[in-house]
Amino acid sequence: MMDTGHKRIFKVVGTRPPRPDGIDKVTGRAQYGADVSAPGMLTGRILRSPHAHAEIVSIDTSAAEALPGVKAVVTSKDFVFQDDDFFRDVQENCMATAKALYDGHAVAAVAAVSPEVAKAALKLIKVTYKQLPHVTDVDLAMRPDAPVVQDGRSLETVPAGMSANVTHHSEFGHGDLASGFAKADVIVERSFTTAATHQGYIEPHACLAAMNADGRADLWCCTQGQYNVRTLCAALLGLEASQLRVTASEIGGGFGGKTTVFIEPVALALSRKSGKPVKIVMTRDEVFKATGPTVTSSIDVKIGMTRDGRITAGEAHLRYSGGAFPSGTVDMGGQAAFAAYDLAAVRTFGWNALTNRPKEAAYRAPGAPQAIYAVESVIDELCQNLNLDPLDTRLKNAAKKGTLSSYGPTFDDIGLIATLEAAKKHPHYTAPLAAGVGRGLSAGFWFNFGGNTCVTMNINTDGTVSVTEGNPDIGGSRASISMMAAEELGVPYDKIRTIIADTASLGHNDVTDGSRVTFAVGLATIKAAQDAIAKMCARAAKLWGIDAEAVEWVDGAAVPAGPNAGKFPPMSLAEIAAVSFQTGGPIAGHHEFHADGAGVSFGVHLCDVAVDRETGATKVLRYTVFQDAGRAVHPAYVEGQMQGGAVQGIGWALNEEYIYGADGRLQNAGFLDYRVPVASDLPPIDTVILEIPNPGHPYGVRGVGETPIVPPLAALSNAVSRAVGVRMQSLPMSPPRILAAVMAHDAKV
Amino acid sequence: MVAVTLWGSLRVFTNGRASVEIEARNFKELLDGLVAAYPGLRPQIERGVSMALNGRIYKEAWFTEIRPDSEVVLMPYMQGG
Repeated sequence: MMDTGHKRIFKVVGTRPPRPDGIDKVTGRAQYGADVSAPGMLTGRILRSPHAHAEIVSIDTSAAEALPGVKAVVTSKDFVFQDDDFFRDVQENCMATAKALYDGHAVAAVAAVSPEVAKAALKLIKVTYKQLPHVTDVDLAMRPDAPVVQDGRSLETVPAGMSANVTHHSEFGHGDLASGFAKADVIVERSFTTAATHQGYIEPHACLAAMNADGRADLWCCTQGQYNVRTLCAALLGLEASQLRVTASEIGGGFGGKTTVFIEPVALALSRKSGKPVKIVMTRDEVFKATGPTVTSSIDVKIGMTRDGRITAGEAHLRYSGGAFPSGTVDMGGQAAFAAYDLAAVRTFGWNALTNRPKEAAYRAPGAPQAIYAVESVIDELCQNLNLDPLDTRLKNAAKKGTLSSYGPTFDDIGLIATLEAAKKHPHYTAPLAAGVGRGLSAGFWFNFGGNTCVTMNINTDGTVSVTEGNPDIGGSRASISMMAAEELGVPYDKIRTIIADTASLGHNDVTDGSRVTFAVGLATIKAAQDAIAKMCARAAKLWGIDAEAVEWVDGAAVPAGPNAGKFPPMSLAEIAAVSFQTGGPIAGHHEFHADGAGVSFGVHLCDVAVDRETGATKVLRYTVFQDAGRAVHPAYVEGQMQGGAVQGIGWALNEEYIYGADGRLQNAGFLDYRVPVASDLPPIDTVILEIPNPGHPYGVRGVGETPIVPPLAALSNAVSRAVGVRMQSLPMSPPRILAAVMAHDAKV
Repeated sequence: MVAVTLWGSLRVFTNGRASVEIEARNFKELLDGLVAAYPGLRPQIERGVSMALNGRIYKEAWFTEIRPDSEVVLMPYMQGG
């Protein structure tokens, strides 16, 4: 770990205490979404479209309703019509109305006394479909003659005359492209595609809903944001927020895929209709067909470079599809594509097109991995063509403080150069390569953000501290929040317990996404601690008979502030807490705010691969992640995020993809056929944390969780391309695809 | 007056201008001023935008102070995973 010079000396932050959820998780005590139950609970099951695109002519539920043991059947008619496009899309994705828009789209649901009865009831629901032409490829969907997935959804930014599937257009950049390309000695222009991938969380979506006759409801679910679940479900069911309490379970992975609702409104509707608690647990098949995945993409990149490695201009055309619903994810790709570089002329043009695929959900840095994969691939090819060192070339063009970024603002303190330099001097970069082994690298970028946040901190009379926050812990946040509370209060880490509140117990918190929690909730925790400290200082002042302003907090205790305040021995948090009932009542700290100033993040990934030219199989031999992570509050968790992102990116690069048949149906909705990397596929993932402080946080914290999935796609593609001597332009680089590329290349030679 | 840089696809609503000047002391006044001067921007602003102020990105901070010499860039509403 490399410290780049933050001045504060930390006592707790930067250490590696045991994870607070460790024992529960390794002993099976942790309560996940499917572990919750209630007396009289019914089983909910969802009927899904077998067609990629079909008009729903009619739904006859009478036979299902007549089946003994069936307590409720719901369709789209059981939800409140939404005027707002955003809410209507969420609702339509949870339950189709006029059309089934993709294979697996929900059309009806039942609640019954057992899974067997529920399954039998689904077979009794008669849905009359009129099949429609479908399209699952983004480039085909943009053609004027393509089947129209949804009409009338194009935003005002889309020029007239395009396919009705084109819903969104955006453009970013600055400078004169023509002039920039005219200065280039070499120009490379290539086209790339990336497949849709799923977040691949091990825990399927699960929830239990219980609505009373008086309209009050409780919902337990696995989610990255219980407040967002409340907002969405309350709208779709016509409930007031105060009447719906949502409790987030322990979460078995999310990665962005659990930032919305799929089954939760359905379970509530079934509970409302049946008067019983209803539990829905998705099968893996349902998870693949009806949740997630990422966008699919088709990208053209053109970059000009001088012989000595200076990029003169960069241009990208990004065509993304977020499935059957409008998506703005291409905006993120367009902004991120060239963000790592200091360019005089740069422009990205983005388009989103509807396809008959499930509605896209975020996946760690949504939109950036695809765009940066294409850009970094072209930069690597330019380096090969010009015989340039790929790290030196990136250093020569790297964005730094004062650079006008490709997406508009001028960068403040950023850590790309330090990250590239760390990679350059790492032994991995200069280690000899065996014959047939390729080494690839890529830079990556992500924005990070803060958002609405609320934290309460209770000082218990025994001198311990309870912190209540509202963001499900998907990456170690309970540990990092406790550590920041301990740091600020000056008490040991093990005196603090952080819990995740339900929606009725704490003010609103945005979803756990955008790499926001350690930054934003940590900042709120520090502010809440300062609030509690001010109150504890005031109590000590009362006891000492001096002004509160004459007391300060040092090393976990109130002390007189200077010689004029009087001579009193330090009064510890525990001593103040012990007499709190006598000095004014319980002591608590609180802070609510909208956090901004998260600070962007850069990563550089380096990998070595061997490719079997006879089978096309790739073996990752060595992998090192370098990341500007800001202050690493709990370095083990930071390393875990960096390793996890790298592994998911390796899967994306080498094997993972949604495969659709000619009938528009998903062919590989299960982990046997959708292959994520397992431990035996991977080398140890080495990590180097660059601690470049974020000036927007008092401890220098910046987001960590999303950036590490950005560089692996290009790092792997560049390594494979160098190993086989063929420039790969499609992901995943599955064995058949590599084999085909190698054979085509060899046939030409 | 504050100079606001817009992303490229919004320029069709500002007569092709990449940067426009708005009388504003904070983010809210900036958004209101943009809509008043360029009504074609209303749909995008109502869907949500972010603002980069001197390099720092703000999502929903209406009352963030903007000084006349600030670098102000309008950005799409941030999303993450």
